Amino acid sequence: MLRGICLESPSVMSTQRILPGFRLSLSFAISYLCLLVLIPLVALFGKASTLTAQQFLAAAWTERTRAAYFVTFSSSAIAAIADTVLGLLLAWVLVRYDFPFKRLFDSLVDLPFALPTAVAGLVYSSLYVPKGWMGQFLVPWGIKLAYSQSAIVLVLTFIGLPFVVRTVQPVLESMDADIEEAAACLGASRWQTFRRVLLPALYPALITGFALTFARAIGEYGSVVFVSSNTPMKTEIAPVLIVQKLEEFQYAEATAIAIVLLLASFMMLIVINTLERRTEAANSSAN
Amino acid sequence: MHSVPKHLPNAAAASTGTLRGRAAQQDPWWIRWGLISCSIAVLLVLVILPVANVFYHAFSHGPVVYWQNLTADAETWNAIRLTLLVAPVSVALNVIFGVAAAWAITRFRFPGRTLLTTIIDLPFAISPVVAGLMFVLLFGAKGYFGPWLQANHLQVLNAFPAIVMVTTFVTLPFVARELIPVMEAIGADEEIAAISLGANGWQMFWRITVPNIKWGLLYGVILCNARAMGEFGAVYVVSGRIIGKTETMPIRVGTLFEGGTSATYASSFALASVLTMLALVTLFIKIALERKTAADLKEAASIQQTE
Amino acid sequence: MSIVVKNLSKQFGSFKALDDVSLEAQSGSLLALLGPSGSGKTTLLRIIAGLESADRGSVLYEAEDVTHQSPKDRQVGFVFQHYALFRHMSVFENVAFGMRVRNRPGAEIKQRVQELLHLVRLEGLAQRYPSQLSGGQRQRVALARALAVQPRILLLDEPFGALDAKVRQELRQWLRQLHDEIHLTTIFVTHDQEEAFEVADRVVVMRGGHIEQSGSPQEVFDHPATPFVMDFLGNVNVFHGRVENGMAMLGALNIAYPEYPHAESRDATAYVRPHELDIERFPFGTSSLEVRVTQVNPAGSVAKIRVFSEQFGLALNVDLNLERYIELQLKPGDQVYVSARRVRVFMPNAPEYSI
Repeated sequence: MLRGICLESPSVMSTQRILPGFRLSLSFAISYLCLLVLIPLVALFGKASTLTAQQFLAAAWTERTRAAYFVTFSSSAIAAIADTVLGLLLAWVLVRYDFPFKRLFDSLVDLPFALPTAVAGLVYSSLYVPKGWMGQFLVPWGIKLAYSQSAIVLVLTFIGLPFVVRTVQPVLESMDADIEEAAACLGASRWQTFRRVLLPALYPALITGFALTFARAIGEYGSVVFVSSNTPMKTEIAPVLIVQKLEEFQYAEATAIAIVLLLASFMMLIVINTLERRTEAANSSAN
Repeated sequence: MHSVPKHLPNAAAASTGTLRGRAAQQDPWWIRWGLISCSIAVLLVLVILPVANVFYHAFSHGPVVYWQNLTADAETWNAIRLTLLVAPVSVALNVIFGVAAAWAITRFRFPGRTLLTTIIDLPFAISPVVAGLMFVLLFGAKGYFGPWLQANHLQVLNAFPAIVMVTTFVTLPFVARELIPVMEAIGADEEIAAISLGANGWQMFWRITVPNIKWGLLYGVILCNARAMGEFGAVYVVSGRIIGKTETMPIRVGTLFEGGTSATYASSFALASVLTMLALVTLFIKIALERKTAADLKEAASIQQTE
Repeated sequence: MSIVVKNLSKQFGSFKALDDVSLEAQSGSLLALLGPSGSGKTTLLRIIAGLESADRGSVLYEAEDVTHQSPKDRQVGFVFQHYALFRHMSVFENVAFGMRVRNRPGAEIKQRVQELLHLVRLEGLAQRYPSQLSGGQRQRVALARALAVQPRILLLDEPFGALDAKVRQELRQWLRQLHDEIHLTTIFVTHDQEEAFEVADRVVVMRGGHIEQSGSPQEVFDHPATPFVMDFLGNVNVFHGRVENGMAMLGALNIAYPEYPHAESRDATAYVRPHELDIERFPFGTSSLEVRVTQVNPAGSVAKIRVFSEQFGLALNVDLNLERYIELQLKPGDQVYVSARRVRVFMPNAPEYSI
């Protein structure tokens, strides 16, 4: 019965013949993607395939690159964790409470999306120097953030701030008050309700937000290059290393490092897609 | 990896169905105000202070110096001009692509449909620097097409074409990702009705599809444009950063910043303030559009379901 | 303009939506495609409109084969289930759309739209937008829009499906009147048998991708061709029993059934409508069944009685007219006898037989 309904629904099976432009739109979209995305990707992997395993390792797995990966991934992970905590806080406050200028604060969350990363890098590099707005208070206490790995983490936290907020917010909004009322009726305290009922329901969104932040942070270049001293082995991230290899015309080395970075990002993409599909499935089965 | 477009319908619901006065959802006042203060502090330190700082540095020597910093320098003007040229071209290309892809994906079922959606997302997962590198490998002197381009005296790398290509690559998903959920939600009913009333493909597209998706489309354009104007890493790699020729605004900001003198420092902040203002305008338009699209979708739902 | 459908088949994946369906709608008639969801009625309508293509078979308008024509060339008026009004256009522009895309002159468009809005009684609402209209008004705009292109035939998909009961009732009568005025060959799809019988000249009952029965409402109602039609037309009592030697034995009811004179006993099912059953205080002959009254509900012009036969574990619905009900003075718990004025017996591979 249900199957019959689905099949007769006009938007699914039957538009194929009626609506025009299928071949035109699809062939254009595919050609466009081939030219702009697939051919460049093939070029990258093609370049990498000219290297032998030894050459690849020699380029992508030296002491300096390992240090760069470590700085990249550890800074990204710390920033993503920080954004997950801050994002949950902001989403909760923006959904649940009312306060003056709430709409303004809500829209400010999106600023890191809109602000060019170079500007972010520029201004963050000036805030935490000894004479900067933040540095003048922090440096006397011995907190020297400028040009250190902390500065990288800080600017990555800024860049990734919107992701968790914007993934958690809709989930929090769509949550029924019934659930909390049920928990309260069963004798749970507010904190118990949060810990045992609300938070588990937010896990998929939180993990998705974390993964999005992390993936974005791994590839970030524009802001980090300004706030970091870019010292090899200490505050040099992998994208900076790629640029440096390119400037020295060492294309093979640059490619090898890029492949490592790319595979890490693809893995995050797969995690995100799997999670989103699972959340969607859970949502549709709940309805 | 921008996830904003995906959550648009929900984000808009935020404004309508927020505060439920159910007792079980009430928190004690000290928790409420404690959390609110923390949130505001976070936004203050991470977002508001930096933005204010940009304008503080830009205007630290008064508006006259600010204006001179922006306009007196021919190279800065060139950078502004280049950005104003690159961004619209990239946005236009991605609009055509986004509409075509969204049309194919939401109106038809075909094998590989899910794969196509995943490929559209790929540029989000690729570091801008890696994106730049890919185009260097294709068009560089030692790249796959390099010798042929050189033989035909075509300049791609370190020139306008490469800057447009990487910018388009980096911003590719925005319009499509915004349109797909919007077109899915609107459904094909009106378009089928138009065809049954005798409209041809273009009549249907311009009279029915475009008016229905216009706010969603504009939203995608705004996000796409903001990112296109602000792209740094990918352009940094392919442009060669030839002063006065292939510097875009963000690249110019970087060059001035590294210039080392207090004059260039002030100039870099002056130019950065222009980009910041663009970001604020983007944000403003974005909020307005979110309300529009939410209203549209709500209306679509109400018309489809009827009483 | 008559519509002829010949041997249509349509498959969606492994699902057979239509299986060798043939049909004819005479010029100027109003035909209802009636069936449950999944019966293929909507698919059939969409194929007739050209919104869907058939795997096999053909569609003819009068003598013209339109099987491979686009919806545009077929000149059909199609009213969609949820109306599919253009939400960014006013009522006027919605109705005018079909003429605008045909580049008709403005004056002609204006005149025709006004005529149509008059026809569907929406003169004052030309500048409204779909979101400002009630469901019934949207329905009528959709109809006016479909008629604006001067279609050769009119097709409606569940025209009253999305409306509430009262509006639906009004619009049904109005559609019938409208059809009598404009005399356009019309086919509509519905799953509501009452709607089909009230509005249509001919009813086509569909199930599982094929036609169960077609005929005038009277024919279909009085002579259901299959158990499915009988069942679908609503509210029947079902008896399971056997036939042998020219007799049908349904519990305690024995009925002559000369169509089956053989000695071999076979399963059979009998259908009796509630108003075809009668209740007596005393048994008479072999064709009455002892039952107990379980529920009495005098509502409107008939009294709805529920009875239960303990012997056969069978619950029955009986409709009595009010006079008979008052005469009998039935109360729950009463012991009474049920007889049938009319019974339809269905046997696998046997024709319908009624007494």
